[in-house]
Amino acid sequence: MQQVYLDNAATTRLKQEVLEAMLPYLQESYGNASSLYQLGQQSKRAIENARESIARLLQVQPKEIYFTASGTEADNWALKGLAMAHQHRGKHLIISSIEHHAILHSAHFLERQGFEVTYLPVDEFGVVQPAVLTAAMRPDTILVSIMWANNEIGTIQPIAELARIAHDHGVFFHTDAVQAVGSLEIDLSVVNVDALSFSAHKFHGPKGVGALFLRNSVKIEPFLHGGSQERDLRAGTENVVGIVGMAKALELALADLPKKTAYTQTLRDQLITEIRAIDSKIKLNGHPTQRLPGNTNFSFPSMAGDVLLMSLDMQGIAASSGSACSALSVEPSHVLLACGISKELAKSALRFSLSDDTTQADIDRLLVVMRQLLQKVSQ
Amino acid sequence: MKKKVMVGMSGGVDSSVAAALLLEQGYEVVGVTMQIWQDDKKDDAGSCCSLSAVDDARRVANTLGIPYYVLNFKEIFDQKVIEYFTNEYLRGKTPNPCIACNRYIKFDEFLRKAREMGMDYVATGHYATVVQENGRYLLKRSVSVAKDQTYPLYNLTQDQLAHTLFPLAPYEKPQVREMAKKLGLGVASKPDSQDICFVVHRDYASVIEERTGIKVEPGNFVDGQGKILGRHKGIYHYTIGQRKGLGIATGKPVFVSKIDVDRNEIVLGEESSILADSLIAADLNFIAIDRLEAPVQATVKIRYGSREAAATIEPLGADQVKVVFEQPQRAVTAGQSVVFYQGDTVLGGGIIQ
Repeated sequence: MQQVYLDNAATTRLKQEVLEAMLPYLQESYGNASSLYQLGQQSKRAIENARESIARLLQVQPKEIYFTASGTEADNWALKGLAMAHQHRGKHLIISSIEHHAILHSAHFLERQGFEVTYLPVDEFGVVQPAVLTAAMRPDTILVSIMWANNEIGTIQPIAELARIAHDHGVFFHTDAVQAVGSLEIDLSVVNVDALSFSAHKFHGPKGVGALFLRNSVKIEPFLHGGSQERDLRAGTENVVGIVGMAKALELALADLPKKTAYTQTLRDQLITEIRAIDSKIKLNGHPTQRLPGNTNFSFPSMAGDVLLMSLDMQGIAASSGSACSALSVEPSHVLLACGISKELAKSALRFSLSDDTTQADIDRLLVVMRQLLQKVSQ
Repeated sequence: MKKKVMVGMSGGVDSSVAAALLLEQGYEVVGVTMQIWQDDKKDDAGSCCSLSAVDDARRVANTLGIPYYVLNFKEIFDQKVIEYFTNEYLRGKTPNPCIACNRYIKFDEFLRKAREMGMDYVATGHYATVVQENGRYLLKRSVSVAKDQTYPLYNLTQDQLAHTLFPLAPYEKPQVREMAKKLGLGVASKPDSQDICFVVHRDYASVIEERTGIKVEPGNFVDGQGKILGRHKGIYHYTIGQRKGLGIATGKPVFVSKIDVDRNEIVLGEESSILADSLIAADLNFIAIDRLEAPVQATVKIRYGSREAAATIEPLGADQVKVVFEQPQRAVTAGQSVVFYQGDTVLGGGIIQ
């Protein structure tokens, strides 16, 4: 059976070049980067080269990149570390209501520690309107965190404008850019955010490594205490092989990005057109244009999402009902509900996420199966 | 082409072996755990839909090499089972939520989902037999007398029976455990589940309190004449015929004979007060026949664990029957189900009024 992978927002396949870049750091250059001998220094060099490469690609300074074990860790650290370090100025945070659970649940944790959190509503397309952020600002607000692009519906936020509003009020701005980095052109010398989280396995890098960009001079509390790695702010022996893989993956992802974006978007738009042609009642969730090049998210009123998902899996097609993190069983997505979509439609939602790995044959196969499944229901 | 069957897998030994047997019989098998209830705070190993149950079921599916999914039935379970359960208690009745679960979840919503996925059958690890005779699907007792589970399945319709498989029908429990061991299933020696899955430690009152916000108030035990005999802990702690745990010393055995919701009283009486010659049942389902048109002889079961009693079933209006016992029966309890048997065949059943 033809296997079709359309869940690239959950994770992506490691690129061959990335694997090759990583291999020497498993059995040859396996030294601890904190050791003074040559073997250790090789590892140290590899990490610093990776840091420089990533910094250059994002237009920031190398010392502003901190490696973590995941995007979730970067999110947790940014929210909790910034809140802790600046709580003397106030205890109010603002996040959007469609954040990933890594941000949402960190915010809930901070609420239990005595912080106050405002959850910004979004419009029907999942966009945080700048005026809504302005209205939520308070004298005791210390941090705003709004994701660059949403993992479920792919909506891209007006990040530069939102960050500017925060800065106009003297407030730090963090963005969870896990879905954006590697897929979108990101130039942090233009977009002025104070902190940004990202993760390697979303752009054909390895799992188990992420990073936090933290603007120079912004104070943060360490999240993991121990050794002096990552400038005393993130203890723990570095995941050298992962860090090397992350840098290589980002380099590859951003090479020829406009060409890749055009390729993915063409497939995506074809998919959107063809799926909607099956049944006019099928709804595209998210923004019609301001969305990630690889993201589609549909509600199928005639069929439950879980049934569709299993039926697709049995035909060798991997898709998602939304965010993989709530996937013990399908729960209506908080993102779709925040967009004002009914519980019923939210439960029938499916996400197909593409990458530059996706082929025309993948899309054709999906469309054949979807037509079969949906026509069976209408009979 | 192989027939496709979706097996409800609870992570227990019965449904695990059921899945294995179907695979052996040549079906294309898909395993599904119906997530119907999950309370992380009270995640008991024994309850049927805890996270550990999902882990167990997933492991079994991996061992058997079948696809496995978790389906979310929490909302419909909440409406059709838990809400029914609490409402019945609030009305002074003693409901059987497992019967409601079979009726609305396992053989209705689950079957619907299975069909949408193009499955031919659903299957469970129940001990019961489905046979087709003269164009009609019949529900019959399992070979295992001790484990027979036809009682909570009396609501199955012809259409549901036509699409249901019970692979454990010909087996005894020890055989099932033996098969599980041979297959290398880690759940072979897991204890049988006993209690209602969403009630922890038989604490019905706290389920009712948490859900409805209605405080369970203590009240009086009274005798048949209304004389106060003592205090009870709240009416939801008691059921008709109960003798133990009353905390009343009257010199002779007393039983719960009536639950008076309006007065918040539990009426106690001697053994004779809980004997009944007959009962009325409603909300009927017949399996072996379309409807009851004339009185028939049958044996009836008035509780899951009770012994069958000989009786005559008489039609009584549209959706009611009168069940007249040959010998008076103890503790006929409103809200419980009565199931009618003719030999090994389930004639039908209904809810005691």
